[in-house]
Amino acid sequence: MSGLLADANTPGYAPDNLAQQNSKSVERLSMSQNNRIEVERIRKDFPILGREVRPGVPLVYLDSTATSQKPVSVLRAMDDYYRRTNANIHRGIHTLAEESTALYEEARKKIAAFINAASARQIIYTRNTTESINLVAYSFGRNFLKDGDTIILTEMEHHSNLVPWQILAAEKNLQLEFIPVTPDGLLDLEAYASLLQRQPPLVAFTHMSNVLGTINPARDIIRLAHENGAITLLDGAQSVPHFPVDVQELDVDFLAFSAHKMCGPTGIGILYGKRELLEAMPPFNGGGDMIKRVHLRSFVANEIPYKFEAGTPAIAEVIGLGAAIEYLSQVGMSQIAEHEHQIIDYALERLEEIPGVNVFGPPSAQKGGVASFTLKGVHPHDVSQILDQDGVAIRAGHHCAMPLHEKLNLPATARASFYLYSTLTEVDLLVDAIYKVKTVFRV
Amino acid sequence: MDDFYRELIIDRYKNPQYRGQLDPADISFEDDNPLCGDHIRVDLRVDPQGMIKEVAFDGHGCAISQASADLLMESIYGKSLEEVKLLTKEDILEMLGIDLGPVRLKCALLSLKVLKAGVYGLGEASDDLVE
Repeated sequence: MSGLLADANTPGYAPDNLAQQNSKSVERLSMSQNNRIEVERIRKDFPILGREVRPGVPLVYLDSTATSQKPVSVLRAMDDYYRRTNANIHRGIHTLAEESTALYEEARKKIAAFINAASARQIIYTRNTTESINLVAYSFGRNFLKDGDTIILTEMEHHSNLVPWQILAAEKNLQLEFIPVTPDGLLDLEAYASLLQRQPPLVAFTHMSNVLGTINPARDIIRLAHENGAITLLDGAQSVPHFPVDVQELDVDFLAFSAHKMCGPTGIGILYGKRELLEAMPPFNGGGDMIKRVHLRSFVANEIPYKFEAGTPAIAEVIGLGAAIEYLSQVGMSQIAEHEHQIIDYALERLEEIPGVNVFGPPSAQKGGVASFTLKGVHPHDVSQILDQDGVAIRAGHHCAMPLHEKLNLPATARASFYLYSTLTEVDLLVDAIYKVKTVFRV
Repeated sequence: MDDFYRELIIDRYKNPQYRGQLDPADISFEDDNPLCGDHIRVDLRVDPQGMIKEVAFDGHGCAISQASADLLMESIYGKSLEEVKLLTKEDILEMLGIDLGPVRLKCALLSLKVLKAGVYGLGEASDDLVE
């Protein structure tokens, strides 16, 4: 067996001056072998996971919540496109243009199938989750929300699901209300029920917190919203990459997510919307491709989804996302979720036994593969910096969720996050490296 | 890299010599690093000749930002405001004695940025002050 597990046994990888790192992952390995994910085989699909951060220091990548790594099939799909097919889409009548257009539209069908959308026309290409939400705020919000209306958000939102609504609220004189986060890191659904009495036209919330890891009961939240006449927007940036998401089962009105967090490239995001909503909404950006006809002083908008896709899009990236979806589907989203659950379960157990470490969010049963923590007496940036010396890549800061950190009364946290290629051994390496931080800072 | 958390930096982080506030102060300025939320406030008392007589900093953040603030306060004690205006990124790096990548450089330079914005009497601390 090559790869990380073998490397972990080489000298210098686990410093022997620390008594604490008797690795418990070994006893769990038999368990992971029975798991349907073959993580060592998966790791070989990701070239970057084989690199060393510095000579002799292999990468331990625990920052997939920020962005995931990319399998070679995605890299190849984009490379092949530029080497063989590159042409602008939709209007060219030559072979390359036909092939490009076909690849671009095939990806849309794969994406629709992946989230079980009824039609590929409901899949709109954007730049990222942020732009998808801005599209809804701009195109739906500006036209269908009225002076004095209330929008319900939550206290655990990423800035991308806060700031667009703040901008809109200032423009249209809207009220923003927030479902509170309980001390356990869950949404307070009783408070939500009473907020719904304000008859909000829109409820926008995250499917999974990028800080606490909390997986919110989206189906219940959406059902309650609908019972009260509200439209719903789900921020799926952290859910679609990590577990099965079915838009028809959820009955969600809008779903936003990004390719780069799900093994795809940066620069391409998705907005799913219910057909009648998308058809009623005016265009977002104006320009080429979003029109049927243009006169000097007027235009007729194209049909969905093109109405929302002005200008030459990120064609190679769309094709890369299509390849990413094929890859994830082959591994199996339920299997990925199960694998991550096993990792987070172990990570929480190991982190919580370190004196001075405080992990935030609900117990592993209610969360995805995200562990945000603090180490008493050491700023998260310093934790991250020292971990980097051992090749362990985590994130430190407010993770674009400053209001949540204010609520937790913390300027910053350190965050380790996991994906289909994460291993139990990597959790051990994280824990060993945290003990090193404690040595350096004498805490 | 192993020297990153030199004894000096850990010591100054854990036992700063110039942490506090001066009230009243002749020059007082504070700012954040928006990328990470680090916060530094600098207070100075200056005599009529423009010589710095008392210094203090306050705030929160990583060891690099807080230790570099403490070392910076020590280095400007007894200097003139004109000398402070001449301080650069290189002076801070020399004090810290380590190499920093672009992200952590912002942590290290936050105190100098705040100090210079205060000394120049500017409304906001710009990166131009430390480049």
